Amino acid sequence: MTKVIEVENLSKAYQLGDFGTGTISRDMERFWARIRGKEDPFLKIGELNDRSKKGTSDIVWSLRDLNFEVERGDAVGVIGRNGAGKSTLLKVLSRVTSPTVGKVKIKGRVASLLEVGTGFHPELTGRENIYLNGAILGMRKAEIKRKFDEIVDFAGVERYIDTPVKRYSSGMYVRLAFAVAAHLEAEILIVDEVLAVGDAEFQKKCLGKMGDVSKGEGKTVLFVSHNMGSVQQLCDKAILLTNGEIVFTGSTTATIKNYMNSSLNSKAGIETIGSLKDVFKIKSVTVNNNPLDVAVMPADDISICVKYECLKYLEGFRISFVIFKDGIRVLSIQDLEESIPIEPGYYRSDVKIQSYFLRPGTYTVAVGGHNTNHTNFSIGNVDWFFVSDISSFEVLEEWSKVYDFNNLGIINLPNTSGERLAIGSDD
Amino acid sequence: MDNPEEEVWDIVITPRNNLLDLKLKDVWHYRDLLVLLVRRDFVAFYKQTILGPLWFFLQPLATIVLFNFVFANIAKISTGSIPPPVFYLAGTIIWNYFSDCLTKTSTVFKDNSAMLGKVYFPRLIMPLSIVLSNLIRFGVQFILFLLLMVIYGVQGFAIHPNLYLLLFPVLIVLIAALGLGLGMMISAVTTKYRDLTFVVSFAVPLLMYTTTVIYPLSVAQAKYPKYSWLIKYNPVTVVIETFRKGFLGEGSFNWSLLGFAAGATIVVVILGTIIFNRVEKNFVDTV
Repeated sequence: MTKVIEVENLSKAYQLGDFGTGTISRDMERFWARIRGKEDPFLKIGELNDRSKKGTSDIVWSLRDLNFEVERGDAVGVIGRNGAGKSTLLKVLSRVTSPTVGKVKIKGRVASLLEVGTGFHPELTGRENIYLNGAILGMRKAEIKRKFDEIVDFAGVERYIDTPVKRYSSGMYVRLAFAVAAHLEAEILIVDEVLAVGDAEFQKKCLGKMGDVSKGEGKTVLFVSHNMGSVQQLCDKAILLTNGEIVFTGSTTATIKNYMNSSLNSKAGIETIGSLKDVFKIKSVTVNNNPLDVAVMPADDISICVKYECLKYLEGFRISFVIFKDGIRVLSIQDLEESIPIEPGYYRSDVKIQSYFLRPGTYTVAVGGHNTNHTNFSIGNVDWFFVSDISSFEVLEEWSKVYDFNNLGIINLPNTSGERLAIGSDD
Repeated sequence: MDNPEEEVWDIVITPRNNLLDLKLKDVWHYRDLLVLLVRRDFVAFYKQTILGPLWFFLQPLATIVLFNFVFANIAKISTGSIPPPVFYLAGTIIWNYFSDCLTKTSTVFKDNSAMLGKVYFPRLIMPLSIVLSNLIRFGVQFILFLLLMVIYGVQGFAIHPNLYLLLFPVLIVLIAALGLGLGMMISAVTTKYRDLTFVVSFAVPLLMYTTTVIYPLSVAQAKYPKYSWLIKYNPVTVVIETFRKGFLGEGSFNWSLLGFAAGATIVVVILGTIIFNRVEKNFVDTV
């Protein structure tokens, strides 16, 4: 295997706040320091980028001392919380901005897709924009011409190709833009969450295309996404960034696990509510033994497992699992049929959803429970806790004659069938 | 290290690059983009208009009508033996080309930050496309100038094209390079300090009066012998005067002045490119 990307001591500092007062004098000081060959005086006082804490310096390191290598044919996912430096890293790698310290060495042509449709001009037609966008991404005109039909075909906008793109629906716009980017002839593809747009069918098509690119054509892909499902599907290795530093590198599964643990520990974005919130401590939630954003095949049973600590004796208690899709409560299931007493200690509760029950799509999991030993049962009189969005999974699409998932809806009733009879006349 | 081939890298990203490394090879690779950007500017300009490219004509026409009214008729500033409309048009189209290149280049980072912040291509492409787009515009206006020249010439006015008009390509390169160079210098500052944008927006139209767009150099020299050197050594003046000399037969021209203007332009372009190159790497963070 040959290295195609080598990153050495890469750091990038940003100045916070407004430009204005003090900038000129500061620029002068920096300039003076540089002339004398000294280090930039303002970078010394920089600090790590933790946006939730108020810092003492207005210089932050968005990336700090990154060192890693990527080999040809690798598909590497970059994951981390908002503000961890993922996008900055991709910006530096695609030469949109330069590092403050350090060096990056790259072998081969780089195509970066930090945004879909960069440079699209609304007044120009689809055809004209394909050429313009292709050229912006670094393609030669002859190259675009050769791939033109393929691009139009992939985007599925043949009928509108000579219409200005301002008349396109936003979906068509994105399709066209991604189609151009997907047909770049580059050895290294850098992609930043562009799949967050477009409908599910097209997202799948894009992921498939990117998978082809890395696995089939031996190209290198660097992929940033919040969707763990797509990272898992596409990448074999991953890098976990926290506050601008690499905290973990390894296989995608291991990295995602690490990420999940760190976010469960820090409780970022996950909040327990209710009067029992201090009585139950959720330790982990897994779907089919994986943390967050697991991809499951329709043929797989889905088993959800929560590990938790109970700190107080309750007379009647059971865990509820609630599955949501697009904000709609699909179902609630409990670990036990009846509430039973619970002693302080560590527990694990499991539920199983049978295969071929949920249709393809992304589902989120919430966990809750309440103390049911109340003679006068009414709301306000019940002790409860609830944690929403604690885990998620995706049911993948898998075509088969028996289970036609092209049907819309949330649930799929297995083993059901109707019948058709010829009845002669309408009465 | 054991495999020497391993150390051949196509791209090396470092905090700062060589100031004189203009990446012209990269620019050459992206030449198709340059052409397409120029095409985009041109096509987008007349999309959904009825008159289309005719608008390129109307602006200078309106200008010379007004100039003719104010400066030739009310202020009675002599334009020598050349009929005022042709005289003004010669100055106007050159000045417009210069000022368009300058003002558009000076805000190139700000105007295109959405695109430049998301994808890499040699940044020099952007100002170059501005210069070329405006050259097309200039070309259209130049046709208007030739038409007017012929109309007045046929009517027997004193219009005498001569061999100096062979200098035309040189003049175009000079004026484009001057606008580009100055624009790139200013662009470096406007990314961080927007103040200069305001200066440019009011100073450039005023600067027109320090060149010989509406009066011949000879008139200025006669009226203000002490200060007329300011006008005389303005490279834009040199270009306008040489242009008039070649196409209309009347204008102050000498080789040493043209040489001076060329020298000044080369310095401006080199400085501008270096500054532009310096800013280009990190402007995304400050713009």
